[in-house]
Amino acid sequence: MIAGIELKATGKARRRLRVNRAMETLAVVAAGLAIVVLGILVGSVLVRALPALNLDLFIKGPTTDAFGRTGGGIAPAIVGSIMLVAIAAAISIPMGVLTAIWVSEFAPRRLADQVKLYLDVLNGFPSIIIGIFVFGLAVKADVPLLGIGHHQSAWAGGFALSIIMLPLIARTTMEVLALVPNHLREASYALGVSKWRTVVSIVLPTAIGGIVTGTTLAVARAAGETAPLLFVCTYASTKVTWDPSLPVSSIPFTIFSFSESADAHAHEEAWAAAFILIVFILVSSLTSRYFLDRSRRKLGQVK
Amino acid sequence: VEAASATGAAPVTGIRRTRHLRDRIGDRALFVLTGLAAFLSVLLVVGIAWQLIAKAMPAIKHFGISFVWNSTWNPVTDVYGARNYLIGTVVTAFGAMFIAAPVSIAIGLFLSELAPPSIRGPIGSLVDMLAAVPSVVIGLWGIYVLLPVTHETIEPWLHRWFGWIPLFGQPSPAGVFPAMLVLAIMATPIITSICRELFVSVPNDLEEAAIGLGATRWEMVRGVVLPSVKGGVVAGIVLGLGRALGEAIAVTQVIGNGVPIKWNLFAPGTTLASQLANQYSSQISPLSVASLVYLGLILLVITFTANFIAQRIVHRFDQQRKG
Repeated sequence: MIAGIELKATGKARRRLRVNRAMETLAVVAAGLAIVVLGILVGSVLVRALPALNLDLFIKGPTTDAFGRTGGGIAPAIVGSIMLVAIAAAISIPMGVLTAIWVSEFAPRRLADQVKLYLDVLNGFPSIIIGIFVFGLAVKADVPLLGIGHHQSAWAGGFALSIIMLPLIARTTMEVLALVPNHLREASYALGVSKWRTVVSIVLPTAIGGIVTGTTLAVARAAGETAPLLFVCTYASTKVTWDPSLPVSSIPFTIFSFSESADAHAHEEAWAAAFILIVFILVSSLTSRYFLDRSRRKLGQVK
Repeated sequence: VEAASATGAAPVTGIRRTRHLRDRIGDRALFVLTGLAAFLSVLLVVGIAWQLIAKAMPAIKHFGISFVWNSTWNPVTDVYGARNYLIGTVVTAFGAMFIAAPVSIAIGLFLSELAPPSIRGPIGSLVDMLAAVPSVVIGLWGIYVLLPVTHETIEPWLHRWFGWIPLFGQPSPAGVFPAMLVLAIMATPIITSICRELFVSVPNDLEEAAIGLGATRWEMVRGVVLPSVKGGVVAGIVLGLGRALGEAIAVTQVIGNGVPIKWNLFAPGTTLASQLANQYSSQISPLSVASLVYLGLILLVITFTANFIAQRIVHRFDQQRKG
């Protein structure tokens, strides 16, 4: 008769298995924790924003009635954010894309690496530093710059946000341009097409999906930045203004200042503003993912 | 031979003549335009550093290097020093890494080794989404959701059991500890995505060899996966540290902005970035503005150093992998 083989781990082996099981559990718990934190974060924004979401929020400025009760909405902040991000995009998209084209199409290897390094350094700067820089350059300037020299303005705020966006756009564009297959460029040259024509009609259209992705992500990031605006674009009026030479309010700054206010209505509005911001960022990151998938498929077909 | 070279040379000049003026101008214009943009981008980095030094100059001249360890910040007597802010920055950022690093490595391991392939993608993108939440929203959430929990539950509990350690003193509504938690939440997605990529990049045959030798999954991770990407993981953590050092808004919202910095982690504190974010509207004397910029300059030096170290580690790690 054959003795039954004991399949149960004993002694040292059992301890090893237990340690393994414990570590696996820890990893699962850590991942669960991250998801739970995200869930609570988004959930509390949703729950607390709902009471404040109404039409007034989008069309009225903050008001104070005769008894000191506050009301109204955050229309100036919404308009201000749109303006700031539009100015930032108008500066940073051409700058970022042109820089990326130079690095991927013209620059010798060593210079290209240098530019990439500088862009990474710029990306690593704390965003409040960017605010101080623009404060010194355009708000408290020694020499007035382009007539926006001596006071806060949407120009200055947009410029600050553009510095945040620039490295993001430039780096993603570089990455997609590097993905464009060289034989496309060579085929174009072989047909006698000049370099700029090749860049404009072959390289850029092939890479456009990736560029749009990078840009959308950068816009989402800039729309949520508060720190660069603190020094350069905060003394805003409570009325909607479309004049970029005046300081404008913005959604992130509204959240920041309302969150520290003692007024319950302001808290509600802060949550509502946070809700608008999160929805915008969610939508733009989903859009960017769509464009990224599409451009990946397109580049895949080319190969 | 002469005839051949003559006929060989002729078409070349011919081609050059047929090249359109438009193309010649276009090529040159594109080169100049893009080169200029690249140059301006580089100039911007130098400009920011230069601008900060220039604007901080009055304070640098007035206080010298002792500004760094002087602890007064008094607008009345116009005397300023960075000590409290500097300590606060270092303590909150390192504390945040103390929480975020193990959690991020664990999530990275879960996503690369443990999770069934079908849920890796969705969970990975959820963690990435956490990175997209703006800091001001995390700060708002910190004030109204996190602070009550830390003040009424976590801090009393830690105080009761670990109160003999000076770090876990009397609970307080806002303080350094919640700031660490907030920073940890913000740094985790960054470190996680780096760790995950590194763990996935470990060659499968190494992992399979370890399993084949009878190692458990954890022994495989500890003996093969972690050692082979150690450098990269450290670099990822240092990058997260750089982000935590420079974060202004969310920290300002939950740290309570109190000086001096105390041993008690639950007491209010302050950081370089949060002092800047706090004082944006109250620049009284020219010297106070210069001192604020000086704080910014110190912050810039610290974050730059952290990022530089991360770069060096990545570089060395890449060399090791190749060689």
